[in-house]
Amino acid sequence: MAETKKLSLIAFSGEFDKLTAVFTLATGAAAVGYEVNIFFTFWGLDAIKQKKGRSFVGGNWLTKMFGFMMGGLHVTPTSRFNFCGIGPKIFRSLMRKNNVATLEELVEAATALGVNLYACEMAMHVLGLQQSDFIHEVKDTLGVATFLELSEGGRTMFI
Amino acid sequence: MTHTLDITKEHCPMTFVKTKLKLAQIAEGDILEVLLTDGEPLNNVPRSATEQGFKVLDISKVEGNIHKVTIQK
Repeated sequence: MAETKKLSLIAFSGEFDKLTAVFTLATGAAAVGYEVNIFFTFWGLDAIKQKKGRSFVGGNWLTKMFGFMMGGLHVTPTSRFNFCGIGPKIFRSLMRKNNVATLEELVEAATALGVNLYACEMAMHVLGLQQSDFIHEVKDTLGVATFLELSEGGRTMFI
Repeated sequence: MTHTLDITKEHCPMTFVKTKLKLAQIAEGDILEVLLTDGEPLNNVPRSATEQGFKVLDISKVEGNIHKVTIQK
């Protein structure tokens, strides 16, 4: 029996460049026949929020404030050369100019390829987020035990 | 039916992504002609297509570094 090709990614970082790495690996692997799971936790949850800009998502005033500061996919900062938010705009324009897929295009490709997206239950609880705050492609809310079960027998990376 | 896909201007991972999505769209038995450049796309698009159960019928050079890979679904 052929071995199941499986890649499981833990998307911990909420930065533009690291999320680009997550979605590049995910889409590339899915396109060559891997089963791909992405487990979004903490800052990584910003990538799958329905509100892609800045909005007060959260449970109480404090988490709503965090939600606003963290923002969504369109306002993710770069880990270097952020320049108060100008950095990601420069990178996006460089990517378009060089015909390299932007982060938004990669996310769209990931959902089109059927990449399994999961949100971390604990981090959601801390940040006052509900599954309804995320894009509808997010399949489920999970804990460590289920993630370990899902990733069993494949490769796992933490980004 | 024969379909064509030009990924000569694409970069990783969109070379694979566009091929995979196109193969998913076309009907069983249809042919997909993929135009791609040498290096990573030429080395890996035919290999991953074969691994996923598609039939690579032909690989031919078009011009310069551009090649045509003919895949049957």
